Amino acid sequence: MNLYKFSSPKVFYPLAGSIFKYTLLPSIFFLVVGLYISFFLAPTDFQQGEAYRIIFIHVPAAWMSMIIYMAMAFWNIVGFSLKSKLSFMMSRALAPTGAIFTFIALITGAFWGRPMWGAWWVWDARLTSELILLFLYIGYIALVMSFDDSKRGERVGAIYSIVSVINVPIIYFSVIWWNTLHQGASVSFNKAPSMAAMIVEGMLVMMLAFWTYSIAVVMLRIRRIIVEYQEEMLLMNHTTEG
Amino acid sequence: MKTLKILKALFGRELKLIFRNQSDLFTTFFFFIIVCSLFPFGVKPSSELLPQIGPGMIWISALLASTVSNARFLLSDFNDGSLEQIFLAPIPSTLIIYVKVFVQWLTTGFPLLIVAPILSLQFGLKYQEIMVLMISLVIGTPLLTLIGALGSALTLGGRGGGGLVAILVLPLYIPVLIFGVGSVLSYSSGISPETSFLVLSAILVFALVFLPYAIALSIKLALE
Amino acid sequence: MLYVQGANGAGKTTLLKIISGVLRADSGEVLWNGLNIHESLEDYRSIMAYINHQQAQKDELSVLENLEITLSISGIFEQKALLQDALNLVGLSQYHLRPFRTLSQGQKRRLSMARLVVDKTRPLWILDEPFNALDKAGIHLLEGFMQSHIDAGGMVVLTSHLEPNFSQKSLKVLRLNQ
Repeated sequence: MNLYKFSSPKVFYPLAGSIFKYTLLPSIFFLVVGLYISFFLAPTDFQQGEAYRIIFIHVPAAWMSMIIYMAMAFWNIVGFSLKSKLSFMMSRALAPTGAIFTFIALITGAFWGRPMWGAWWVWDARLTSELILLFLYIGYIALVMSFDDSKRGERVGAIYSIVSVINVPIIYFSVIWWNTLHQGASVSFNKAPSMAAMIVEGMLVMMLAFWTYSIAVVMLRIRRIIVEYQEEMLLMNHTTEG
Repeated sequence: MKTLKILKALFGRELKLIFRNQSDLFTTFFFFIIVCSLFPFGVKPSSELLPQIGPGMIWISALLASTVSNARFLLSDFNDGSLEQIFLAPIPSTLIIYVKVFVQWLTTGFPLLIVAPILSLQFGLKYQEIMVLMISLVIGTPLLTLIGALGSALTLGGRGGGGLVAILVLPLYIPVLIFGVGSVLSYSSGISPETSFLVLSAILVFALVFLPYAIALSIKLALE
Repeated sequence: MLYVQGANGAGKTTLLKIISGVLRADSGEVLWNGLNIHESLEDYRSIMAYINHQQAQKDELSVLENLEITLSISGIFEQKALLQDALNLVGLSQYHLRPFRTLSQGQKRRLSMARLVVDKTRPLWILDEPFNALDKAGIHLLEGFMQSHIDAGGMVVLTSHLEPNFSQKSLKVLRLNQ
């Protein structure tokens, strides 16, 4: 089977629809199971009480935010190497979902921190890096939208996404270094409750839920982008013929 | 070699334009001074606190001053069509970028180096601390210019203005800020600033090698 | 000479951009001497002069300075006297040291002509609306330059809403409809 034929938006469109159908139900399923585990099956933590349960959302969301940003950079690199329009469109479709997960990670991080440390915000390495990641997402989206020509916007955004993804580990380590410089005893979210098996399972299920949800939503979004492009092409053809 | 002659001509052009447009030259410079002097008014620190926040204030002022000049970097040449002609020159486009970024640094980064020691005295920094700060600025300001140049190139031809450039560029500035200020704070805490200098230099080398290519690509996209 | 004709928005400028290598076509390729231009873009650029309707000159510099810079960046280094002669030839004799912004549109256009006069190394001229803002004398002058260029073996690709005045044997017309 020639995979390259799927790099044509027209051909990919129905495939995206099928993928959406196949991932929507599993995502709901995993979400329900995951939430059940996190609220009912996972044991109450000795030190942190019930409030810790929010890590079932916080940790998978943070992971997704990172994975999606890397996926975007991946597709953008593919786009430049193979000169495929669809890859750039894929990155553009991924961005809002990634931004939402980043936002969720930040909010849940704050809600976790409040009962634990008494503060709504702590400048620890991971939260700070999440915040900067949110800025990077917003920057990408704003950049792409600032161009009337979507094709140009996606390509310019692609350059930004590739450069900034290289920056993400640099940012992460610089914030860690900054913290060690300032606080001897680091206030760190790494101190999750000792990982009972049930907790790990719960987080994995939530990961699956978020993953399938992302795929479903991104497929919907890319279909909308493909339609937008078709409309643009039709519009251009009509005006020049008239 | 013809390429060298053309680069020299380009360099001469850039310098000529700077000196005809003196307002650009002074804007960044005075912005830096003013912002830096505003900080003690806003923060009202005690005299022990002042040298602790001094390096941070100076670095942030440098960052903001750089952001102000970023948006204007390629805009004039882009708007009157000169940028297109320059990129039609029979030389590799990355070399064009090196020349332009270098001149941009001379006009917006280098002047900060001259003023920074004076401002450091305002913050009560000791002589050795000022030295460390200066080294961090020498390595860091070219980085600020390079990253800012990328931001400027990315937004060419789009509807986003200086605000968008700032949004794009400030997150990327953060590691530079951290290691820049961190070098002085390390020194004050008795730790060697060597690590920070090494990391900053590594980022600078990396940026010098890869960013011009990204900048040239962005400009070519804008010129299409 | 290739004269590209078409209504507004038909894509004349886009075509010129593709020919000059600034824009990459979605399909098809541009060949010079049988070789795709993008394989050796630098070489292609040394034989081509692309002038579009934007005045690629700096307002704050003088006319002479602008001419000198434009030429040196494309690799042409000539004596000042030669540049001044060229400026005189195109009718800008009083304006050498004036800032570019003080010129009228037509005079600004003439500076591009001066560039074509001095730079004899480029067989291919790609001109987007070169007659814009020129008065009758200017148009006549430019047509003269183009004719000598063609007679010497050069090639001109241009767009214009005015039909250029040229001998039929050296003129090819391309009409764009979409």
